[in-house]
Amino acid sequence: MLKKILSILLILFPINAFALIEVDITRGNLNPLPLAVSPLSIDENSRKDFEKILKKENIGSEISNIVEINLRTSGLFNPLDKKAFLQAPDIANLKPRFEDWNLIKAQALITGKVNYVDDKLRVEFRLWDVLAAKEMMALAFTTVPNNWRRVGHIISDKVYERLTGEKGYFDTRIIYVSEEGPKTQRIKKLAIMDQDGANNKFLTLGNELVLTPRFNPASQMVTYLSYFKNMPRVYLLDIETGTQEVVGDFPGMTFAPRFSPDGKKIIMSFAKDGKSDIYTMDLENRIVEKITNHPSIDTSPSYSPDGKYITFNSDRSGYQQIYVMKNDGSDVKRISFGNGLYGTPVWSPRGDLIAFTKLHKGKFYIGVMRTDGSGERLLTENYYQEAPSWSPNGRVLIFYRETKTNSKGEGFSAKLWSIDLTGYNERQIKTPTDASDPSWSSLLSN
Amino acid sequence: MRLNKILKNTLLILTACLLLSACATKKEVATTDIKGQMQGDVYTGTDTVEYLADGVPDRVFFATNESILTTASRETLRAQAAWLRKNPGINVVLEGHADERGTREYNLALGERRANAAKDYLMTYGISSDRITILSYGKERPVDSGSNPLAWSKNRRSVTVKAN
Repeated sequence: MLKKILSILLILFPINAFALIEVDITRGNLNPLPLAVSPLSIDENSRKDFEKILKKENIGSEISNIVEINLRTSGLFNPLDKKAFLQAPDIANLKPRFEDWNLIKAQALITGKVNYVDDKLRVEFRLWDVLAAKEMMALAFTTVPNNWRRVGHIISDKVYERLTGEKGYFDTRIIYVSEEGPKTQRIKKLAIMDQDGANNKFLTLGNELVLTPRFNPASQMVTYLSYFKNMPRVYLLDIETGTQEVVGDFPGMTFAPRFSPDGKKIIMSFAKDGKSDIYTMDLENRIVEKITNHPSIDTSPSYSPDGKYITFNSDRSGYQQIYVMKNDGSDVKRISFGNGLYGTPVWSPRGDLIAFTKLHKGKFYIGVMRTDGSGERLLTENYYQEAPSWSPNGRVLIFYRETKTNSKGEGFSAKLWSIDLTGYNERQIKTPTDASDPSWSSLLSN
Repeated sequence: MRLNKILKNTLLILTACLLLSACATKKEVATTDIKGQMQGDVYTGTDTVEYLADGVPDRVFFATNESILTTASRETLRAQAAWLRKNPGINVVLEGHADERGTREYNLALGERRANAAKDYLMTYGISSDRITILSYGKERPVDSGSNPLAWSKNRRSVTVKAN
């Protein structure tokens, strides 16, 4: 489905080779860059056409709103109030009066226009450096009108990349577990939504318990745990076709699945006789390999982005700790040595860090450490939170948080939250129901 | 029979109270809301317990992060084994559970380990592994939705459920 929508045509205009404004994303940004997102201008005919097709009065403003919200949410940018804008969108796009934008303290300006051409939506947009009075980037693309939200996300990604020097993460989706009902009898469904919470869809009906969905970084496949027929097993789901199949033929519970970085293998745990070991299954030839062999619990495996190493959770020392090993199971090393228990290690897509959940003195933390265990940094503390998942650029973590119930056992909730790697910009991601076990997709377009 | 059960329960609670007060001076384990329903952090009450047959409790409880069977658990499982020997046509599912204070995936493994601890003990008393299925729910199916040590102790359990 996605590939079909993505008949986006990118035309690159000549751009200046040197970055003008730069945003440093490696530090907590307490002074987000003030910028102006001028609504995409639209001619009256196109406006009416889109109104008919998309039921949106002004699709130019709608797309710009998405860009504005994305940039604000990133915590790195401060989109200024449109009411202060002195220049009309159509003129701003042709030749911005930089003095006017400077006056409202905008350092960057995004302008553009949208047209209805041959049943398609065509967008042009430009990024301007206000102080230097120069164009930084100009792009145009064409897509089917229904794709208008993604247009907003792609513009956001391009602007983010141009200003920070790193890929964005806005044209992405989140798969998660939707939760409803009393805590003792939770109904759980797989659900998927855009990164900003739009286009929420349920993928299962809630007839059986489902847990821990994870995206294939290379395709629109998802792996997850389902209690179908009361047999907890790892499944594979193609979200384009809806087909699902059980992974491997194991005589007991398989769980904690993840894809290898190339998407060709699934790595997971198999529990038998009170011990859990890590296995892989090659999705092409279906060959199953046992990676760990230890009487302890070995679970939550996650590959390094080059596929050469695996980080996992084991209680072989007595309690839950984080280990790293080679992808064939050799050279096992414990890397977590701080106070408390450590779980859910996930390797950053940048390769340099491992995110984890830590339990210490009755509090749960989301943190990161280097892959040798040094440089542990706790990003957030709460009553209960776990299961971090990285944004594809490795700058943001999404996880879930549960609340304490009151003395009557009421008031339980589970919600998705995100936080920057810097420890700043913590925010809740709105979902129609309670939610847990989020997994972030790769960028849908590049 | 019923009186017998009540007496036995009272006795259990009494013993637990004694044990708790005995160690309260050393460790600050006893809190007001626990009311003698825990020993260490293992649940010793009967609130949530159901019975497979008269005198055959359906579940055993565990300490935090542990899958070791307590003396009381072994007694329960011996009663279950005796009942299973008397009823050779009945198969069981051992449902292993963890409390909510742990990561989901580890808890799935821990539930499996707890159910297997119960299975091994039943097998020690002559029950064939063919009659036992293991099913771990991790922290997905608590019996008590409370966020306190007593609720968690009720949720750390292995429950023997008739499969047919």
